[in-house]
Amino acid sequence: MSKNGPASVEFRSVAKRYGTVTAVDNVTFTIEPGKLVTLLGPSGCGKTTTLRLIAGLEMASEGQILIGGRDVTRLSAADRDVSMVFQSYALFPHMTVLENAAYGPTVSGVPKAKANEMAVEKLGLVGLKGYEKRLPSELSGGQQQRVAVARALVLEPQVLLFDEPLSNLDAKLRRRVREDIRELQLKLNLTVAYVTHDQQEALAVSDRIIVMSNAAIAQEGAPRDLYEEPASLFVADFIGDANLVDGELSEIQGDRARVRLADVELQLRHRGARPGPIKVAIRPESLVLAAQRPAQQAVSGRIAKAAYLGTHMEYTVASPLGELFIVDRQVTQPYAPQSAVWISLADHGVTVVPA
Amino acid sequence: MKRTAALWLGLGWVGFAVLPWYLVEGGSLSLDLLSGWPRGAAGGGLFLGLLEGRWWLLPLALPLLAALIGLRLPTDDRRISDILVWAGIAGLAWFVFQGFAIGLRGWGGNWLVALFGAPGPKQEGMGYGAFLTALSFLMLLTHGLAARGFCRGDAFTVSSIGLIIALITAFVFFPIWEILVSAFKDNDGRFALNEFAAKFFDNSIWGLDCTYSSLRCGVAWNTLFLAILVGVGTTALGLAFALIATRTAFRFKGLLRILTVLPIITPPFVIGLAVILLFGRSGAVSAILYEWFDIPRSRWIYGLPGIFLAQMLAFTPIAFLVMIGVVQGISPSLEEASQTLRAKSWTTFSTISLPLMRPGIANGFLLGFIESMADFGNPLVLGGNFDVLSTKIFFAVVGASHDQGRAAVLAIILLAFTLGAFYAQHRWLGNRSYTTVTGKGDSGLPLPLPRRVAILCYGTAIPWAVLTIVIYVTILIGGFVKTMGRDYTPTLQHYLTGFAIERASWGIHFSGSAWNSFFTTIQISAIAAPLTAIIGLLTAYLLARQRFAGQRAFEFGTMLSFAIPGTVVGVSYILAYNVPPIEITGTGLILIICFVFRNMPVGVRSGIATMSQIDKSLDEASLTLGARTFTTVWRVILPLLRPAIVAALVYSFVRAMTAVSAIIFLVSAEYNMATAYIVGRVEAGEFGLAIAYSSVLIAVMLVAILMIQISVGERRLGRRSTSDVALQGAG
Repeated sequence: MSKNGPASVEFRSVAKRYGTVTAVDNVTFTIEPGKLVTLLGPSGCGKTTTLRLIAGLEMASEGQILIGGRDVTRLSAADRDVSMVFQSYALFPHMTVLENAAYGPTVSGVPKAKANEMAVEKLGLVGLKGYEKRLPSELSGGQQQRVAVARALVLEPQVLLFDEPLSNLDAKLRRRVREDIRELQLKLNLTVAYVTHDQQEALAVSDRIIVMSNAAIAQEGAPRDLYEEPASLFVADFIGDANLVDGELSEIQGDRARVRLADVELQLRHRGARPGPIKVAIRPESLVLAAQRPAQQAVSGRIAKAAYLGTHMEYTVASPLGELFIVDRQVTQPYAPQSAVWISLADHGVTVVPA
Repeated sequence: MKRTAALWLGLGWVGFAVLPWYLVEGGSLSLDLLSGWPRGAAGGGLFLGLLEGRWWLLPLALPLLAALIGLRLPTDDRRISDILVWAGIAGLAWFVFQGFAIGLRGWGGNWLVALFGAPGPKQEGMGYGAFLTALSFLMLLTHGLAARGFCRGDAFTVSSIGLIIALITAFVFFPIWEILVSAFKDNDGRFALNEFAAKFFDNSIWGLDCTYSSLRCGVAWNTLFLAILVGVGTTALGLAFALIATRTAFRFKGLLRILTVLPIITPPFVIGLAVILLFGRSGAVSAILYEWFDIPRSRWIYGLPGIFLAQMLAFTPIAFLVMIGVVQGISPSLEEASQTLRAKSWTTFSTISLPLMRPGIANGFLLGFIESMADFGNPLVLGGNFDVLSTKIFFAVVGASHDQGRAAVLAIILLAFTLGAFYAQHRWLGNRSYTTVTGKGDSGLPLPLPRRVAILCYGTAIPWAVLTIVIYVTILIGGFVKTMGRDYTPTLQHYLTGFAIERASWGIHFSGSAWNSFFTTIQISAIAAPLTAIIGLLTAYLLARQRFAGQRAFEFGTMLSFAIPGTVVGVSYILAYNVPPIEITGTGLILIICFVFRNMPVGVRSGIATMSQIDKSLDEASLTLGARTFTTVWRVILPLLRPAIVAALVYSFVRAMTAVSAIIFLVSAEYNMATAYIVGRVEAGEFGLAIAYSSVLIAVMLVAILMIQISVGERRLGRRSTSDVALQGAG
């Protein structure tokens, strides 16, 4: 699809400083060609700055940035074969939809007729045929967003960047648009860097996720790796609302070890943790509730809060392990608040958090 | 980058070797002069250096050669940028040094005389060749800096910054420097700190006698008090007019617009003159009051009341032009958001709309404050015993005392006031973001004015409009009657004297006495206006959209020229440009330059005010789509800046046509300006001709403003207008 095919993006020890403030600190990663990689993190973690460094809207203070193997560290935004979809969409308010979409080729010296043809093609791709003559202010939020995407696609860039593209859309539209973006990326075989603070969005669209915290990379990997094997408390907490529980690790055998959580004893992969007090991440759906004491080991608890969400119940349960957040698929006969329950652990979704 | 650098280098060689290095007498080339080329008066710098003993020009060839070698290196060689930077610096340094070291009558400094003995070599003022060569050095420097990563490696930005710094240095700082130096010298040119202190702390400047006795207060207090009154007054009125023009269904909006534009296109002293003709001792209104109500005729208008009235009439339209852009820039959706939050329309206006207008209000006040301080015409005509700094400066220079040092001291005080206002405004606005034109399409209806605000606006604006009409009727009638106030017999005599056209044997002959200055004025103003707009808006772009080291100092420099009163500018230009290296007094060029740098801050201000309401991600989107900075400015920012462009063009054209304080020092027999001519007529007592000529100027400027409005047009934002709400509601 891209003139030169999708390109890789590589950061080598890149840092960005504004005076004494470090926005991005010694970051190294690679985005493989044709992959969608998400930069995920809370606001102020440096993810948007990282994206702007790829675009060339910010210049790195240190390190090297390569796109398609070529050093672009000192190139300006206009010289990089990269397009960006902005959070505010940044549609030019004085131009029609067609003029917006044709802007890239027009300013690169493509004849007007050809530029319009390219623009119409991409507008069709995002389903906006027939809207060419409108002004951005005459479109709905979702349509404006698609214009922004079409405009970014027209130049067939080596890398496409999204800066929180869904944040201005309503919830229902969000899922559709996010699926559309993913579909477009796969169909056109694009390299995409995608910034979001929404972990669900990240899990849904990404080939890989780079979790950022305090200007540095906290962890990177496939969505499943991050969810199941968080490398730190921050990642465990940020992705999937894990319960972080105090435990005691002992008797390391091979890659497994005995872990004690209150009255419960488990065999878990120790993931490099040393014997002694440790933290264990338990996913909300890996805690199993029962009214009677079950056969396997369990701790007792008391339902503090209960919420009905249609597909599942969400409970907050007071227990010897602390206050636990539990998701239960069983909705027909929910536990009433204040009722006593037994809590046991599923054989997945329970991990030792190293460090 | 390399290609444009090569282009500039080529132009540098053209300037150095081909074009006439020195200023050619009369400014234009004749065949006579060209016959001696490359030697002689029109010779290129290189040949003059080689063949005519002007050896000091030859070192300029070295940086040009170095750059030539540098640009032949392979593109990715990092040494290119170093070579360009050093070639630029070395070239500029030697250029400036030789320019000041060797003057019209030999060495330009006492130490050079001491070193090498008098009189030394001589040279004339710089010409086209020298100018182009210097520009080339500057561009080599900026392209080198861009290649080193300045401003994200953006050559356009770095070059623009460099160019504006160079221009400001040459045409704002250099003349100020010249006049400030004279503040510390006695009249024989020696350094004298005591004399400076005595002048500075003089009681006539800082005295507070008026607070406890019948004596007059110091001129500094007078000026400050007047400026604050005028600043507050013009801003309030400007806002009232802007709100009526944009937010109400007022039926006579067109008339209102013209009424508010009229005073801006009137030479300032003409309003003063009309005020006297109406309210003076023998004025029309005074006569009516005396005859009908037995109110005795008095001279109350001479002094603070008269100056205040005239300045309010003169400067309200400037505030209006600023305010209207700001009011239009407020996103209606913010006001709608507020209304949906249960805010009544008054609450919305006072908590949302008004705070959003704050940058505009601050700008309006600043403009009114500084305009009042710098105004010269009205205090001259109406001042009476009420002295202000600008007239004091004028009389210190042209009066019997001819005390340049005193003029410079007064100028420093005036500068301190205006810079203080500038600084206060900066602190007050802080870092708040007022972005309301976002990249997201914006739909919504602007809030209609709350009742009490509307009443207030109408209550202030309409009486003001009536007063303005009366003033202009006076001006209009003045040209068609024999003597205003005494003899109302209709006559065309004044117009015939000024603007008679005769059919002669060789064609049409403009025999009227005013034609010469009239054509010069139109020509100079038409050249100055677009230049002012370009430089002003480019500066605004650099200030609002780019980040670079020394930005605050840059801003200070670009706004400084606004804070210098015209009288001081006039004197300083004569001091600075009467001798080489820049020897341009008596030409049309000095008038153009004077106008451009005096009026540019208005372009900067209105540009910044509008640009701070345009979302920055629009620029970034354009950049990531492969547009260079220049293209981005041209295609995205300029179209959204149309209100600011109109304001800058109109204002600079009009100011050029109506200015009097600075150019009264700079006009020559060949380049006489309309206002200077009119002032001459007033001095000669020919009030009829003066008023008639003024009406002609006003008419010409009205036509010009309409033409500018039409050709630049309104910006297209796709906001809904009131009429298509029904449609939108259905869809």
